[in-house]
Amino acid sequence: MKQIVAREEYCIGCRLCEINCIVHRSQSKNIITAFRHEREGLTPSVVVESSGQHNFAVQCRHCADAPCVEACITGAMTRDPETGAVICDTKRCVSCWSCIMVCPAGAVMRGASGKPASKCDQCAGESEPCCVAGCPNAALKWEEVND
Amino acid sequence: MQNQTKYLVIGNSTAAVGAVEGIRSFDKTHSISLVSREPYHTYSRPLISYLLAGKIEEDRLYYRPGDFYLKNNVETTLGVAVEKIDTTTRTAHLSDGQTLAFEKAVIATGGKPFIPKIEGVSSKGVFTFTSWNDASAVDNYIKTTGAQQAVVLGGGLIGVKSAEALRARNLEVTVVELAPRLLALALDAQGSAFAQEAMEEAGVKVELGTTLQRIVSKNGIATGVILGTGREVPCQIVIVAVGVIPETGLVADSGITVDRGIVVNEHCMTSVEGIYAAGDVAQGTNSLTGESRPIPIFPNAYRQGHVTGCNMAGEPETLDSSFAMNSVEFFGLPTISAGLSTAEGSEFKILEMSNPHKKSHKRVILRDGKVAGALFVGDVDRAGIFTGLIRSKIDVSSFQSSLLEQDFGLLSLPVEYRKQVVRGKGVLA
Amino acid sequence: MRKWLVQPEFAVERDENRCVQCQACVRQCANDVHAFDSVSNCVISDGSKCVGCHRCATLCPTNAIQIKQVELDFRPNASWTPATIRNLYKQAEGGGVVLAGMGNDKPYRIYWDHLLLNASQVTNPSIDPLREPMELRTFLGAKPDHVHFEKTDGKTHLKTTSKTKLGPQLELQIPVMFSAMSYGSISLNASIALARAAGLAGTFANTGEGGLHKSIFPNADNMIVQVASGRFGVDAAYLNRAAAVEIKIGQGAKPGIGGHLPGNKVDREVSQTRMIPEGSDAISPAPHHDIYSIEDLRQLVFAIKEATRYEKPVSVKIAAVHNIAAIASGCVHAGADIVAIDGFRGGTGAAPLITRDNVGIPIELALASVDTRLREEGIRNRASLVCAGGIRSSGDVIKAIALGADAVYIGTAACVAMGCHLCQKCYTGKCNWGIATQDPTLTRRLNPEVAVQRLTNLLRGWAAEIKEILGGLGVNAIESLRGNREHLRAVGLHENELRILGVKHAGEGA
Repeated sequence: MKQIVAREEYCIGCRLCEINCIVHRSQSKNIITAFRHEREGLTPSVVVESSGQHNFAVQCRHCADAPCVEACITGAMTRDPETGAVICDTKRCVSCWSCIMVCPAGAVMRGASGKPASKCDQCAGESEPCCVAGCPNAALKWEEVND
Repeated sequence: MQNQTKYLVIGNSTAAVGAVEGIRSFDKTHSISLVSREPYHTYSRPLISYLLAGKIEEDRLYYRPGDFYLKNNVETTLGVAVEKIDTTTRTAHLSDGQTLAFEKAVIATGGKPFIPKIEGVSSKGVFTFTSWNDASAVDNYIKTTGAQQAVVLGGGLIGVKSAEALRARNLEVTVVELAPRLLALALDAQGSAFAQEAMEEAGVKVELGTTLQRIVSKNGIATGVILGTGREVPCQIVIVAVGVIPETGLVADSGITVDRGIVVNEHCMTSVEGIYAAGDVAQGTNSLTGESRPIPIFPNAYRQGHVTGCNMAGEPETLDSSFAMNSVEFFGLPTISAGLSTAEGSEFKILEMSNPHKKSHKRVILRDGKVAGALFVGDVDRAGIFTGLIRSKIDVSSFQSSLLEQDFGLLSLPVEYRKQVVRGKGVLA
Repeated sequence: MRKWLVQPEFAVERDENRCVQCQACVRQCANDVHAFDSVSNCVISDGSKCVGCHRCATLCPTNAIQIKQVELDFRPNASWTPATIRNLYKQAEGGGVVLAGMGNDKPYRIYWDHLLLNASQVTNPSIDPLREPMELRTFLGAKPDHVHFEKTDGKTHLKTTSKTKLGPQLELQIPVMFSAMSYGSISLNASIALARAAGLAGTFANTGEGGLHKSIFPNADNMIVQVASGRFGVDAAYLNRAAAVEIKIGQGAKPGIGGHLPGNKVDREVSQTRMIPEGSDAISPAPHHDIYSIEDLRQLVFAIKEATRYEKPVSVKIAAVHNIAAIASGCVHAGADIVAIDGFRGGTGAAPLITRDNVGIPIELALASVDTRLREEGIRNRASLVCAGGIRSSGDVIKAIALGADAVYIGTAACVAMGCHLCQKCYTGKCNWGIATQDPTLTRRLNPEVAVQRLTNLLRGWAAEIKEILGGLGVNAIESLRGNREHLRAVGLHENELRILGVKHAGEGA
């Protein structure tokens, strides 16, 4: 399946991927409106970790064994049979955070107050995920991963 | 119905669905029959408190889409219980008098609420809270009687979630717990204190270190309870939530070994070849304590069900690691506990950090340089990294000082482990 | 806070209507210009630390940042310009030599901008490069004085005799190479990018005096390795691994000056590549201590030819100085197969400002006079001429070739393609674009894959432009343009300049 691959050696810790993710998840799709008026309800589904010179962007790895799908109490977390991506049906999620409890990558986020779990859906419908498209150093790549 | 099947699934909850999905991962053709005592399409038990609270409608209670069994080619017999299993003839005897022959079976009957022998416990207005019927019954009772006050016996997960639901329905709620603190199996003292604060702020009264002497009733209708202290608390509803016990009745005298639950091996097989048990009814080995005990938690049930299904279909899967873990948010306070989250003692090294203003508490329990337990209250973000560390059993001594740092994350982990996780390859080497 | 006489050069203007407080600027500035202030809960910028590199403005997702030059006017004075006054303050406060990076930025005449190219009209047809073949291939190296042909018996075709055996040549698909930039002065990622891009474009990059890092071995066929006064990283394997060897005598940005890479930049990788102890200063002496004459140079040239079994062309790089024509001639007599001339606008990682801005001569005049001199001596064929220092566009490349160059070196233009914003602070080691730095937080900002793409894009674009111009001139091979100054006309130049350039003034016919 196609995966977002994060390459630590080129991640510069600018966090533009987080910002692009927030904009993508906004209603307005406009960065200024999104940050000014929608920010409270928006959680990026990519997290940039920084420690010294090292930076690293992590979003859902769509794990082969997907512990979040197993742990989901509502059946909201499922694997798309066509793309192989793990997706969260936010209409079904009740914010119990079982997915957060089991995600070894720490890649599922709590939605803003009362909002459902937030995770990467690889920007389904777009030609490439917006974090990849906006990465200024091509540290994030969108490529077929076979192993 | 046809009276023979290749795969028999007994039960219709998490483990049963896991088993169906496990079987169908490897065997798309052979017949599966599913028999369940409850008349409903598969639904999620943890959601009943959300249903009672009015946070979700009934259609969201279902664990899988309505056509799930149709799509997976499963013949379901709902509202009928399996009363007895004959392991020599490989036949299940059903409550409707039919028999069903099977090649392989999985028992996923779950647990049933434990009801202590308290005077008045059979009065009207006294409920358990583990099933859709329970939730509907409470809901109806509130609607028909206009009940204003409730007492919840038990400050465990079911207790606090039912208290939350009743509070959401605007009842006055008192939680009575024998232990000196709430959620004593999952939370440590500090975590419990925050949980109690959150409940009390929401208007729930909490009575600790006591239990019910008796339930007061009038004309067979509950009107209050007498606490261990002798004080009477008036109420129209009593929820008994002191625990669940494995529903093992159907295997009595079958030759299948039963201890607290049905004893299973690492493939979830019982003492009888070809017969499996999964979920709250099963008793496997806790990988952290080495003890054989049921671990009645949701992810475990699914995992056991799935492993069972794979094995039933001839794919030898092994249950890699089992330990207790719970994620529960109540009254706006999220909590996650995993492994030996409440452990104390000299064999453990405990790392802790609390922030009373934010009502956040983190506790990581190390044993022999490995993470054996973790507890998060308030701030649960990225808690799964710790669950992963417990499962993977990797040595964390070299970076243990960073475990509770604000920016703890994958970057703090050994690079090989991190790469494996990032490749979506799970946490086990 | 103590106030200094040196006032900030830049002011950071943040459009508060656009800023979303994402702090990308905070995370990108190595000079700590931007900081998030938790009291006011917003990003605050301190322009006094700004070097004008635009990293923040470029990465700002809302384009909320403007970098403005501080308009702190001094009383107008043609002699005592603001820059002059500021440098005096700086020196009075700090003492010592004021350093600078990149090339001379003073408004000396840029002759490229006073030269115009011809085009075909009516009497000679122009060529459409999209329809007809256009040859940019260039061979660098000594060409024979005479070519002898003999007819083989009874056959019609010609065969060259062994007397005119051609010496080693560098084959360029485009007459543009990447200038010498050492690993040490630039990051390994930048070095790798230049080497790979050279390979993909069919041209050459140059190690400078930094040695050849092992990660560049796969691209060694596209590398020219330098032997400079410090002899860093030089051994027989180094010389033989490369496509050609260049003896660096001088550099346009700092003629007559050596180099100094401070010990704190000599980490394990740099130390291994330069073959010097970790942490030691890498000092390149001003002269080669074994070269005090053309004869000495000839010894080194032939020592290298011996060491490389006469299989690699040897280049000599000299800075454009007053007596450049004679010096270049000497280099050819010393056996150089290629002479590279570096003009006073050439860049550097670090040079004394006073040298950078006041020493050397314009490359256009140097190039023309060298080409003329070598032709007069009848030795132009013995060495190829490479023009370096201030080539900014394909237009400059064409003009350089028409003035007599075989090919050009680009350094600054290549750096700009990789992201350089010419802030001239290379010597601080805090290059926000990850080029002139060894700081691992900064070097990772230059992803070689991205840089390679940008460099090859640049060369592809230039190649297309050069072909367009050649077609317009009615020429179908870059060979036909070389040294053909009839294709150039000057505007606004003095008679002396026209004479030295060997170019007629615009308006004069053939």
